[in-house]
Amino acid sequence: MKRYVFASIRMALLTMFVLGIVYPLAVTGIAQAFMPAQANGSLVRRGDTVVGSSLIGQAFTGPAYIHGRPSAAGADGYDGAASSASNLAPTSKALVESVSARIAAAVAENPGLSSGTVPVDMVTASGSGLDPDITLANAYAQVARVARVRGLPVPQVRAIVESQAVGRQFGVLGEPRVNVLLLNLALDAVK
Amino acid sequence: MAFDIARLIGFVVLLTGIAVPLGLYMARVYQGEKTWLTPVLAPVERFVYRVGGVDPSGEMPWTVYAVSLLLFNFACFTILYAMLRFQGSLPLNPTGAVGMSPALAFNTAVSFVTNTNWQAYAGETGVSHLIQMAGFTWQNFISAATGITVAIALIRGLIRKESRTVGNFWVDLTRTWLYVLLPICLVLAVVFVSQGVVQTMAGSVSATTVQGATQTMSVGPVASQEAVKVLGTNGGGFFNANSAHPFENPTPLTDLLQMLAILAIPAGLTFTFGKMAGNLKQGVTVFAAMAILFALSVGVMYGFETAGNPNLTKAGADQVASVTQAGGNMEGKEVRFGITDSALFGSVTTGASCGAVNASMSSMTPLAGGMAMLNIALGEVVFGGAGAGLYGMLVFAILAVFIAGLMVGRTPEFLGKKIGPKDIKLAMFAVLALAAGILGFAALGVSTPAGMAGRLSVGPHGLSEILYAFTSGVGNNGSAFAGLNAASLFYTTTIGIAMLIGRYLFIVPVLAIAGSLAAKKQVPPSAGTFPTDTPMFSGLLVGVVVIVGALTFFPVLALGPVLEQLLMTAGKLF
Repeated sequence: MKRYVFASIRMALLTMFVLGIVYPLAVTGIAQAFMPAQANGSLVRRGDTVVGSSLIGQAFTGPAYIHGRPSAAGADGYDGAASSASNLAPTSKALVESVSARIAAAVAENPGLSSGTVPVDMVTASGSGLDPDITLANAYAQVARVARVRGLPVPQVRAIVESQAVGRQFGVLGEPRVNVLLLNLALDAVK
Repeated sequence: MAFDIARLIGFVVLLTGIAVPLGLYMARVYQGEKTWLTPVLAPVERFVYRVGGVDPSGEMPWTVYAVSLLLFNFACFTILYAMLRFQGSLPLNPTGAVGMSPALAFNTAVSFVTNTNWQAYAGETGVSHLIQMAGFTWQNFISAATGITVAIALIRGLIRKESRTVGNFWVDLTRTWLYVLLPICLVLAVVFVSQGVVQTMAGSVSATTVQGATQTMSVGPVASQEAVKVLGTNGGGFFNANSAHPFENPTPLTDLLQMLAILAIPAGLTFTFGKMAGNLKQGVTVFAAMAILFALSVGVMYGFETAGNPNLTKAGADQVASVTQAGGNMEGKEVRFGITDSALFGSVTTGASCGAVNASMSSMTPLAGGMAMLNIALGEVVFGGAGAGLYGMLVFAILAVFIAGLMVGRTPEFLGKKIGPKDIKLAMFAVLALAAGILGFAALGVSTPAGMAGRLSVGPHGLSEILYAFTSGVGNNGSAFAGLNAASLFYTTTIGIAMLIGRYLFIVPVLAIAGSLAAKKQVPPSAGTFPTDTPMFSGLLVGVVVIVGALTFFPVLALGPVLEQLLMTAGKLF
């Protein structure tokens, strides 16, 4: 029996060293050597400033910006250190009340948008609370507002949204979408 | 719709294309045959045995195999528990995680040693990088390898004739992580990084957002853990949001690879079984039964999630699919995955005992969430966990030949082994231990103030939260209806025990069956033998799995998900 116990402990420590230390460090070495941009968070810079990550959503509340999805990450949403979904039940009163309030706000804010046509991703919280994307329907629904606030023609804003649209990966995987941060940076770049 | 269904069928085709060669490769590995990796890895393997102080040549009876497995897992548990308690004083802790309480450390250590990866701690802040690597990544390999060794021992029990032994635990364990898990994980991790999964020793990165706020984003050695998280059907996310988090699962490609990786080994092992049994059709039969159950699950989850939540439509949201949106019930889902990839992932992760999630299970429509729960409750045999899926399904296969034997009045046989009363008792013990664990603990949860206090929801969804938690724990799945306060003393303790029951009260009987069958003679098939390599046997197997699951769990599922679906349609809110 003692023999088995010692073998167990030695095998445990040995596998911990190989699989828990050497393997992750080897992957880190490869990642940092060959793909540092991705390995360090796909950060996006404007000038010298890191303005965010192209993979992580951030809060956009100003009327001149296309807004991301509602977020349940952290107390104020989009907390990059506290990812979370709302986990509310489909029969939750709290869920339906917040969706109703978001719909009312979206309709009030966006010219041309009416109750019943509000894209569902605009008023529901994402799985991570950090969803960087919105659907094209969601982006188009905000074009009129952004164009008015920025004093730009609607077709121009719409064209910018279209230029930022991402299709399915390899034509088949996932869903078409727009990255909110990159879209807003493109809008800000318009002189 | 048609496009979505084509994509779902494409997934099964891809999976089969991966499972067959992987399964045949694994058969070579466990039979000690030469593989293309042998020239590189054989010296490493010998080095491991020497340093580990184990004898690779000795064959073990099932009892020694079981004792070695249990002692090894206990050693891993003890080390991990100590690390969790004292992580505050250990290195590689850039975010300043503090030591866990005894109950939480017990729950977490059990969780990772049993391949469950139930997470009662907060992902981003609860554990240090040292724990993520030398604790969780390590156990992700080891717990998966442990499950696979049991499946291999059971296969040997079925195919050996009048043998006292079922293999060597240390050899099976080492070959699993060295020849199967590690090479695939290295490739997978690098591909993940190329898509944007982070891999750094830093704790966080900061940005000044476009609107001028400061955003701190947790990072870490994620890709290396992500690879084995999925390949080993572990499922414990580096971050709280698991595979919904863009740093864990940034693109539709990583999502596809994760789903394929989750099912690759459980599906592949059916072909390993067929190959080692000398009749590939035996494996195909088991694979087909799993695939049928999987297709049913995907259909249910995709259908209800696409239909969406009528309460949101009533509130004014548009859930109809169009060219500019995927539509459906998007609460708790990511836009890049939409409904199709979220429903598919949900079926994959609960059918396999993985538990990684790319969407909130709790916010799914009631019957989609109920389907996920049923997948786990069926015993994790819809491909199932790494190893656990195959040995679970083979237990059901033994029950199926027993039932077929009762119908025709013959002694049941499986692969020429007569299934005796002892084997049936052991198989029934394993199956009943799962059911009793799930229902017993759920009953305790709903009948005590401490259990009821943990709910986020009231009404039928509150019952679902509690039921899901213990189903997930006993089933060693690890996904959750995450509204439940899993960190309370009641839940850390009870779910910790539930995970131990689900793992070891199944593994030990399975190894006992392996020992019992190995010792038997192999009788040649006769006219009265019920063939187990035919579509009819696949059908019988599906029937046994569904009937056992349905009879056991339908009453409580009726009070949870089924009732909630009816009330949702009627517009009743809680």
